[in-house]
Amino acid sequence: MDLFEHQAKELFAQYGVPVPAGKVARTPQEARAIAEEFAAAGTSRVVVKAQVKTGGRGKAGGVKLADSPADAEEVAGRILGMDIKGHTVHKVLVEEASSIAQEYYFSFLLDRANRTFLSICSVEGGMEIEEVAANDPDAVAKVPVSALAGVDRAKAREIAKAGRLPEQAIEGAAELIERLWQVFVSEDATLVEVNPLILTADGQVKALDGKVTLDGNAGFRQEDHAALEDEASADPLEARAKAKDLNYVKLDGTVGIIGNGAGLVMSTLDVVAYAGEPFGGQRPANFLDIGGGASAEVMANGLEIVLSDPSVKSVFVNVFGGITSCDAVANGIVSAYQLLADRGERVDRPLVVRLDGNNAELGRSILAEAALRGVQQVETMDEAAQRAAELAAAGV
Amino acid sequence: MAIWLTADSKVIVQGMTGSEGSKHTARMLAAGTNIVGGVNARKAGQSVDLGGRSLPVFGTVAEAMAETGADVSVVFVPPKFTKDAVVEAIDAEIGLCVVITEGVPVHDTTRMWDHAIEKGGRTRIIGPNCPGIASPGASNAGIIPADITTPGRIGLVSKSGTLTYQMMYELRDIGFSTCVGIGGDPVIGTTHIDALKAFQDDPDTEAIVMIGEIGGDAEERAAAYIEEHVSKPVVGYVAGFTAPEGKTMGHAGAIVSGSSGTAQAKKEALEKVGVRVGKTPTETAGLLREVLAAVPATAS
Repeated sequence: MDLFEHQAKELFAQYGVPVPAGKVARTPQEARAIAEEFAAAGTSRVVVKAQVKTGGRGKAGGVKLADSPADAEEVAGRILGMDIKGHTVHKVLVEEASSIAQEYYFSFLLDRANRTFLSICSVEGGMEIEEVAANDPDAVAKVPVSALAGVDRAKAREIAKAGRLPEQAIEGAAELIERLWQVFVSEDATLVEVNPLILTADGQVKALDGKVTLDGNAGFRQEDHAALEDEASADPLEARAKAKDLNYVKLDGTVGIIGNGAGLVMSTLDVVAYAGEPFGGQRPANFLDIGGGASAEVMANGLEIVLSDPSVKSVFVNVFGGITSCDAVANGIVSAYQLLADRGERVDRPLVVRLDGNNAELGRSILAEAALRGVQQVETMDEAAQRAAELAAAGV
Repeated sequence: MAIWLTADSKVIVQGMTGSEGSKHTARMLAAGTNIVGGVNARKAGQSVDLGGRSLPVFGTVAEAMAETGADVSVVFVPPKFTKDAVVEAIDAEIGLCVVITEGVPVHDTTRMWDHAIEKGGRTRIIGPNCPGIASPGASNAGIIPADITTPGRIGLVSKSGTLTYQMMYELRDIGFSTCVGIGGDPVIGTTHIDALKAFQDDPDTEAIVMIGEIGGDAEERAAAYIEEHVSKPVVGYVAGFTAPEGKTMGHAGAIVSGSSGTAQAKKEALEKVGVRVGKTPTETAGLLREVLAAVPATAS
């Protein structure tokens, strides 16, 4: 889960990482009120920052300075509702403006290739670190961090020096880096990025921005993390699926997909996209992995979610029977139809079912005998994808 | 012969007494796996009847190894306790530790891995969040269905469980030496490269199928390895061409960020070193048949 900048900074502050004072506004009036509070405390200049989980918001006009409360209100009015790379701005962070002497880059992240953690530090901050690394690789230090040894003050100093931070910033940066490591470990983060990390005119080191990604697998020991979820911008179908413990991702096509196993479902999306090309470019409408078990209830819930998407014109159920054999899956589909009927729902779009693997013959004959409305069976994945795409094209 | 897991492997199950553990222990026994016991500190000294066998429960991995000569452990314990279970197996210096558990925090996996390295790398870890390893006809450690394929001369390494099964089933007439499901988490104990190396050295493996998916650059690194070190024919498949950027598709590791980790980039990297990549699992199975037909028959 990616956090908004203001959430990342609230987390930083809890661990003693210096950040500028700021508050979140959802309306221009709120932005004005916050700016008035700052003005009353002696800070008239604020910065209004769009809260979106994507990069490049500065270039898109999502970050603006304001010299008065009236100015803050006006600027917030322009930023709120803005679309930045497909993300709508629902809130802004109104912060005291900082006097920036220098801008650096810092991050902790997972190094998948080396199965360890990495810190990246550079004296060249404030821009895309990939660009800096491409133009001047020596200016970007990558220092491996062992999960077991961690980061103490000495290691933090080593990282800051490797990033060529100037002498006057080393101590402040080292202290901040050591605290960011605490954030990274204690919060089960997979990314903690500060760009820019600044040296202020009066010699302080501060996190002017914050990007944090939290590990969803750590929910069992990070109970606070659930509250950080962004329900406002979640797709309503995805939210409903999540409530039913379904692994569902909404996409923009017309062929609903239900399958078992993440890899097989990803593969099904691809096969449907290929097969859909000759049929006016029909594409998958969603990703839905119902897991290995494929019980009747899970199948019914899955069908219900997929069919509630009005853009779905056909559904492709692609199941490989391994531990759960195909006869059990076929019975699951039959019971799912019954369950849906009991709930007053009707399967009103064609369903293409491909069953393969253990007891495939038996599973197919169970489905054939049940003669469910709209169900067609196709033996192979490639042909089934083609049929589903064809039916979707006919239904559009 | 096979890689890492053979008919001689003696297998213990950590978490054997739990619901998943006991269900799959019975299945592994039915598949012919030589399971010699389980580990659960709270039930040490008891025995459990599974699949018509009475299996002893030991207090620790070290004890189980000393008593039974076990050299493989399969881990089914819940995510909360997985790190401690694997660290225990590493400390006991077991040869192979197969971690089936799904949902292990990446900070825990990274600590397990660092611990294994610190202890001299004597324990091979497969997973976590993987279906395990199966050498058809010899032994099965994990949750891969045993009865969908036959023993044979193909080696298979895959990030995905069901795609592994799909490929095992499609090529069941030729059969497999060993199938390794390495798992789809961002940090895993055994990589494509580890398996490619072992298959290259295994006299009973004549061709290799490699299944990858979006996220990270493991496939690109595997391609570079193949170019340098693998002379046996390899065919590939990559899932996730249609996955949008920034969305996690079920596997924690399957997320594309920025321009790296795309299926297209992986396909191109593999094709550049002569690995033929199928557009669908079925087409990939067909490619394997073609490359295998071109391999001169060996006396096996």
